[in-house]
Amino acid sequence: MVESMTTTASSEVTLSAISLSRYYGPNCAVRDISLELRRGEVLGLLGPNGAGKTTTMQMLTGNLAPTSGAVAVCGIDLIDRPTAAKARIGYLPEVPPLYKELRVDEYLRLAGRLHKVRKPALDEALARVKQRCGLPDMGQRLIGSLSKGYQQRVGVAQSIIHDPDVIILDEPTVGLDPNQIREIRALIRALGNDRSVILSTHILPEVEAICDRVQILHRGEVVFSDTIAGLKQFRGGQALLVGLRQPPAIDDLARAVSPAKVEQTGATQFRLTPEQDHDPTDTLVRAAVERNWGLYQLQPALASLEQVFVHLTQSDEQEQAAIEGAVS
Amino acid sequence: MIFTIAGKELRSMFASPLAWAVLGFLQLVFAWIFLSRVDYFLTIQGQLGRVPNAPGLTEIAVVPVFGIASIVLLMSVPLLTMRLIAEERRNQTIALLMSAPVSMTEIVLGKFVAMIGFLALVNGLILLMALSLLAGGKLDFGLLAANVIGLMLLTASFAAIGLFVSCLTSHPVVAAVLTLAVFLGLWIVNIATSDPQSPLNLVSLLKHFESFMNGAVAVTDLVYFALLIVAFVVLSIRRLDADRLRA
Repeated sequence: MVESMTTTASSEVTLSAISLSRYYGPNCAVRDISLELRRGEVLGLLGPNGAGKTTTMQMLTGNLAPTSGAVAVCGIDLIDRPTAAKARIGYLPEVPPLYKELRVDEYLRLAGRLHKVRKPALDEALARVKQRCGLPDMGQRLIGSLSKGYQQRVGVAQSIIHDPDVIILDEPTVGLDPNQIREIRALIRALGNDRSVILSTHILPEVEAICDRVQILHRGEVVFSDTIAGLKQFRGGQALLVGLRQPPAIDDLARAVSPAKVEQTGATQFRLTPEQDHDPTDTLVRAAVERNWGLYQLQPALASLEQVFVHLTQSDEQEQAAIEGAVS
Repeated sequence: MIFTIAGKELRSMFASPLAWAVLGFLQLVFAWIFLSRVDYFLTIQGQLGRVPNAPGLTEIAVVPVFGIASIVLLMSVPLLTMRLIAEERRNQTIALLMSAPVSMTEIVLGKFVAMIGFLALVNGLILLMALSLLAGGKLDFGLLAANVIGLMLLTASFAAIGLFVSCLTSHPVVAAVLTLAVFLGLWIVNIATSDPQSPLNLVSLLKHFESFMNGAVAVTDLVYFALLIVAFVVLSIRRLDADRLRA
């Protein structure tokens, strides 16, 4: 972890956005969002629906002009030199921009040509992305006849055919079955090794599974920005949920796992919040076996996304009031 | 890049039955008119020799086909232009073009060139029909050329206007109806006046096309169509750019 962080810290910045804001009339969709991405990094934009994830991504890809702020891709300003900057971005919108009447090969060739892939290199690029996205036998199929999962793969293939430095994926796993989700996640992880990837999602475990860093958006503002380790810490650190069939008195339990705070959450369930850097798991398991407590559940107590939001937004009520004022 | 976009557009057009249906329907109508005019020429051919300065084969058999073509295309071009931008918006495929390193000008010109390509095909088929008369007669090539140029300019104006209206909405059908309304308005705007000097005659598509049908290629008519085409192409670019700004 430490090693990977030092390598990312030394690699070049591929995408930087400085205080992006976007208003629709008087409504503020995104306010003052800044982000910076280095090569080899996967950044997750996390937030509930309507938090401004899609608007942010549209601004990063030049689909939407920001009301204020600036975006630079590999040092090229997106507003001053849009075509040069856009050539280095691959974008998969929430709804994949697929022409259903074209065949997969035709469509990917078109995407390549539009992104200025030269004709001699196009065949090779086509074969490469089809291989990467699991589409090698689908070249002659009409896009309209493909399943949702395959259409999503064509969408991803479209976004990487020109070998971009920055890949921006808007909710890439929505509507896929668990197997397809696993494949797409593996693909994103692989892409993130030598490029920069931004993906948006409203699924917290997804961010933890594939991202290096996370920014949580809420009502158009960044309310949390940290590494995945930081997010896990924030979500409840090392708290544990424990289920015991023959629960002892709460004091006995507290003594067995001390130093830690113990709360009873159900007839046979407890929540342990250990003090810093103390892992009570081993002592707990040993005590449970020795004294026949009937341990049947032991899991990290992580806050859900909703709880994280409640926590993040309640921590600054003044700010929230200000947002509400701007939204209404 | 313009031709990449135009090529894709033509491919999409011919992937749907609409383009084929329109093409087939147009050809059926034109061939019907053409044959009836040729037939008419054959019946009156004997008398024509006795009339001084009589109209020739081109005037009687070919020019009316171009006249009908202008009306039929006025009604069918909206069906072809309606989907240019509106459908891309509706299916959200416009994002592919918007995020590609392609300027708005290239997108709009690509779409316009595709329409011109299709309309050139329609024109070419009419021209081939006219040229088939060479098998048994003589043609007035000057008059024929004026008609071809006139119809091409007229339909190019249709394409530019249709493209712009398609940029205004995300519903192809709305675009088609609006486009037809604009065409009809411009076509018959001079009906409102009986005064031949009225400025309304200057904006009428029909008036400008008529002089081509009579074999006159006038600079004013060329300028009129050129201005119309350029204006609506530029407006389309502006409108598409505004999408990015306002969404």
